[in-house]
Amino acid sequence: MIPVEAYLVVSTLLFFIGVYGFLVRKNLIGILMAVELILNAVNINFVVFNRFLYPDHLEGYIYSLFVIVVAAAETAIAISIIINVYRKLKDVRVDSINELKN
Amino acid sequence: METITNLSPIILALPFLMFLFLGLCGNKLFKSNPNIAGWIGTAGLSVVAIVSYYIAIQYFWVEGKGADAYQQFVLFNHEWLKMTDNLVISIGFMLDPISAMMLVVISTVSLMVHIYSLGYMHGEEGFQRYYAVLSLFTFAMMGLVVATNIFQMYIFWELVGVSSFLLISFYFIKPSAVAAAKKAFIVTRFADMFFLIGILILSYYTNTFDFLKLTAVSDGHATLVNNTMCGEMFMGLSVTSIAMFLIFLGGAGKSAMFPFHIWLPDAMEGPTPASALIHAATMVVAGVFLVARMFPVYFFEAHDVLTIIGYIGAFTSLFAAIIACTQTDIKRVLAFSTISQIAYMFVALAVSGYTSEHEACLGYTASMWHLFTHAMFKACLFLGAGCIIHAVHSNEMNAMGNLRKFMPIAHITFGISCLAIAGILPFSGFYSKDEILVAAFEHDKVLYACQAFVAGLTAFYMFRLYFRIFWYSENPAHAHHTPHEAPMNMNIPLIVLSVFTCYSFFNLVSNDSYQLFSSKITADRVGFELETNWTIAIASLLVAGVGIAIAWVLYKEKNDKPDMIAGKVKCLYISASHRFYIDEIYLFITRKIIFGGICVAIAWFDRHIIDGFMNLLAWISRELSYDIRDVQSGNLQQYAWGFLVGVLAIAMFAIYY
Amino acid sequence: MNILSAFVVVLLVMLVAVFLIPGEKKNAIRWTMAAGSMVILGLAGYLVWNFLAQREAGATDKFLFADSTVWYEGVINISYSVGVDGVSVAMIMLSAIVVITGVFASWAVEDKAKEYFLWFIMLSIGVFGFFISVDLFTMFLFYEVALIPMYLLIGVWGSGDKEYAAMKLTLMLMGGSAFLMVGIFGIYYFSAEDGGALTFNLEEIAANAAMPIEWQRVFFPLTFVGFGVLGAMFPFHTWSPDGHASAPTAVSMLHAGVLMKLGGYGCFRVAMTLMPEACKEQAWIFIVLTGISVVYGAFSACVQNDLKYINAYSSVSHCGLVLFALLMMNQTAMTGAILQMLSHGLMTALFFALIGMIYGQTHTRDIRYLGGLMQVMPFLCVCYVIAGMASLGLPGLSGFVAEMTIFVGSFAHEDLFHRVLVIGGCTSIVITAVYILRVVGKILFGPLYKIEKVGDQYNYVSEHHGEVHHYPLRDAIWYEKIATIGLIVSIAIIGLYPVWISDMISESLEAVAAMLN
Repeated sequence: MIPVEAYLVVSTLLFFIGVYGFLVRKNLIGILMAVELILNAVNINFVVFNRFLYPDHLEGYIYSLFVIVVAAAETAIAISIIINVYRKLKDVRVDSINELKN
Repeated sequence: METITNLSPIILALPFLMFLFLGLCGNKLFKSNPNIAGWIGTAGLSVVAIVSYYIAIQYFWVEGKGADAYQQFVLFNHEWLKMTDNLVISIGFMLDPISAMMLVVISTVSLMVHIYSLGYMHGEEGFQRYYAVLSLFTFAMMGLVVATNIFQMYIFWELVGVSSFLLISFYFIKPSAVAAAKKAFIVTRFADMFFLIGILILSYYTNTFDFLKLTAVSDGHATLVNNTMCGEMFMGLSVTSIAMFLIFLGGAGKSAMFPFHIWLPDAMEGPTPASALIHAATMVVAGVFLVARMFPVYFFEAHDVLTIIGYIGAFTSLFAAIIACTQTDIKRVLAFSTISQIAYMFVALAVSGYTSEHEACLGYTASMWHLFTHAMFKACLFLGAGCIIHAVHSNEMNAMGNLRKFMPIAHITFGISCLAIAGILPFSGFYSKDEILVAAFEHDKVLYACQAFVAGLTAFYMFRLYFRIFWYSENPAHAHHTPHEAPMNMNIPLIVLSVFTCYSFFNLVSNDSYQLFSSKITADRVGFELETNWTIAIASLLVAGVGIAIAWVLYKEKNDKPDMIAGKVKCLYISASHRFYIDEIYLFITRKIIFGGICVAIAWFDRHIIDGFMNLLAWISRELSYDIRDVQSGNLQQYAWGFLVGVLAIAMFAIYY
Repeated sequence: MNILSAFVVVLLVMLVAVFLIPGEKKNAIRWTMAAGSMVILGLAGYLVWNFLAQREAGATDKFLFADSTVWYEGVINISYSVGVDGVSVAMIMLSAIVVITGVFASWAVEDKAKEYFLWFIMLSIGVFGFFISVDLFTMFLFYEVALIPMYLLIGVWGSGDKEYAAMKLTLMLMGGSAFLMVGIFGIYYFSAEDGGALTFNLEEIAANAAMPIEWQRVFFPLTFVGFGVLGAMFPFHTWSPDGHASAPTAVSMLHAGVLMKLGGYGCFRVAMTLMPEACKEQAWIFIVLTGISVVYGAFSACVQNDLKYINAYSSVSHCGLVLFALLMMNQTAMTGAILQMLSHGLMTALFFALIGMIYGQTHTRDIRYLGGLMQVMPFLCVCYVIAGMASLGLPGLSGFVAEMTIFVGSFAHEDLFHRVLVIGGCTSIVITAVYILRVVGKILFGPLYKIEKVGDQYNYVSEHHGEVHHYPLRDAIWYEKIATIGLIVSIAIIGLYPVWISDMISESLEAVAAMLN
């Protein structure tokens, strides 16, 4: 049996990789991917805690499903925005998109 | 009694209504024929004059005399503004000997001026306005003298001030007239401030404005003031004295006493008849009237102030008389003589006692008497001067000379008035001035000496004026056109006023006439039997004679003696002809110190320190905003860093603290 | 409907009406404004008459025509409560007069007239709402409603350095509001004894008198200064000269005439009435400050060259007198203060109206470049002289009544120090005369300056950057005459027969004065 700590280590690693990616990546797609990593880290936590702490309940699984669905929707919208931004500005780096400034 | 009560509102209401009517619709209604406005004004004033005479006569001979003294009637008294239950400003009508006398003086002179102005101001632009303001003035002056309470007096005091302003600035296109009007208003206003403060102090302690209560006398005290204010001290001085002195300062401003005299000579920029009415006969004696009105308080509770008044008066009369000797503008000579004569009245009040026993209050009577006679002859002099100016188109003596041949009526009336002001028997001025000298002699020899000397000076400078205008030599200045006699409507007032000046001829034959003032107008309103003090009378006649004689020698014909004398006392002459540089001192104080120093400094302080501080606050917050606005960069990742650090910090805090 | 709410409702109807009229129909807008403000004036007249009649009939409530509707109850108790006493009636009358004359004074506004009048109505709503409210929250709400339009009215329709002035005015007044809000919530928090229902209602707060003295010491200065900023109290007055100088005519009128009175009224109604103990303790500080205002404003006015600056500083002086007298805390002085608000409101509105009318033709307000206007526009100039006379306290006009009541009342203070300060304040009557006559002598009297006469037509000749302009001059036209005459008549009515209005105000102050002593 894999101990709970192992799962948590994985999810923490995943989370901080995501955070690191979110903070340093300049490419919008990369940022989006980093966000996905964060979400998945959370999903793992949900499932793991549900499995180990409250095996009789299903809320954790359901929430992780929710998160997956929302993440999918978010990705769809984000990708479409990014594509539009790219079409308009020929660029998907966050620091060069500052049309609304000034 | 009922008749005069019913008639009395007319005296205030009619001039006021005329002012409103002429002021509001005069220009529109009488555009084509402005004279109608003048006639309406004159007609209205005639009614006022008749009513005033009727009331005065009824009062003095029928209604007024009570058991032993003349009574003080309050004919009506309407609440105007209620400050507290006791401090109520009313507009009322008080009839007592001095107010009844003033009614006669004001209505007479005002009526004469109204008639005179029909001719003098004929064809002037703003003729209607002129008459409107004259009505306003009459209203204000009447209200002032019949005031039942000190605040009513203050109200009308301000109103006469403003009508004076409006009349001096009548020729408002002339910068000098505007400057003179401003000066007059501000100087008198400055004095009025003291008057106001005096009223405040007085009313704070006595809790009333009412003259009847303030001046009520019993057991040798002005009871109310004595009970409430006696013993109160402020910075080592008696509060009563301070208050009464401040009130006197108000009077000194209106009556042009030193050092507030500077406005009066300049006020001659106004139309001459207005000068005659306001700046010679009526408004300028308001200060004397004020002191007379408050006389019991001055006499019993603030006698030290009365002494000061006496010395200020004596100094002013001497000072003004010396200046008058050197002026060349005839209206200015008259102005300084007015200052000097009013100062006489103050001196007379200062040397007066209160009761009628043993002629103690002779000074009071003499002061009011002189007020009356002075109003008549000075108005006559001014109106005469107006005729002369009208004829030669100049105020300067140099443009005149030998006018007796061209203007006989002006000459005779002017001459009569000069004799009166010089104090020659039996003209009215002799009697009133002589009584002042008697009172001064009995009270204070220094004041007497001073006033006697001034009497000589008066005779000198008045006859200097007279000879210079009507005799002297043929003057080339008016060679190109012949001066002509003024029209009848200008001469009639001259004649009427000189008749008033000559009324005293009766004094020689009738004792009733001689006792006219002493039996009616006294401080305690009882009346006394006047006896002539021939020693002093002869002495003052001699002094006056000497003055006239010197004038005759110097100015009867053109010669170089005056210049020679002036050269001998050059220093005195020059400073006197510059009016002892008092104006310059005032100018220095106001322009350089108050305007250039205080006002500019305050304005600078306001703009740069106070406002600068506010702007500094704004500037600081703006700079700070610029500095911290980089935090809000719009860069999501930067925010996320902040977020992360924040979360971690909170987590650390939660775990380890 | 309650007559007091009717003021706000009529204004709201006007707001909608003007909103619906297309912007290019300027005359329709103007006449709507005129009609609406006539109704307001009528209502105000009716209110005064009715108020006096009810008092005559023996109505003893502190606030008459009271009405109250709950807005929100629970966490915080807010209600819309109205009611008037003699003081508010006087202020409402003043506002109604100034509003209608302001409408006529803005008749000539051509640029974005519709928007201008919309904001004008907003401002009026704030003003009337403030005076009818007896609920602190509603009062504060209307207060803010009155302040905000000021920014736009000055910033858009102003002249000169208008953005700066508008920003400065708004920021300073908002700064005041910030103090005020803290103060008001402080008052609210202490409005009832522990466990009692908290309330914003002025009357109830005063009746409960639950605020402990140590908290009064904190909130009194906050509230007083908060309102004092609007009342142009030294040293928070500097928005006034810049703001007035840049504001369009009618806005200056309304602002100096009515809005500044919100300050004095608030100081009295909120700060002093609700926190009497602290007021008694701290009054001397503010008396000194306002005493400085009185003299300082007058001295500053003496050397200004812009007509509006002169008048703004004179307002600082006169409004200083209002707070000065209020803080003397006796019935007479306070009556004088309210009278002074009334009188200053009318005469300063008249001043600003006249300055606007002169400026509209000469395109300069600098007294150094004007002279001899009396020959050119006699009507306006005579009105100016009358306004000046009212300002320097000539009997027969309202200024005298107010100032004398203030002086006599303030001098009745039992403390010597205060009386000496009053004497200092008296000097202002001389300085006022100086700066008023300076203007009158310089620009109205005297020979023509920079004005040429061509036939019957006078032209103002001004040189600007080498370019010569000829501005034709004329006397007042009908709407200007209505505005000025309306104000002068009001000034004269108060000045000639003051006893009724002073009694009306005085009796409302009796209870307050008794409490403060």
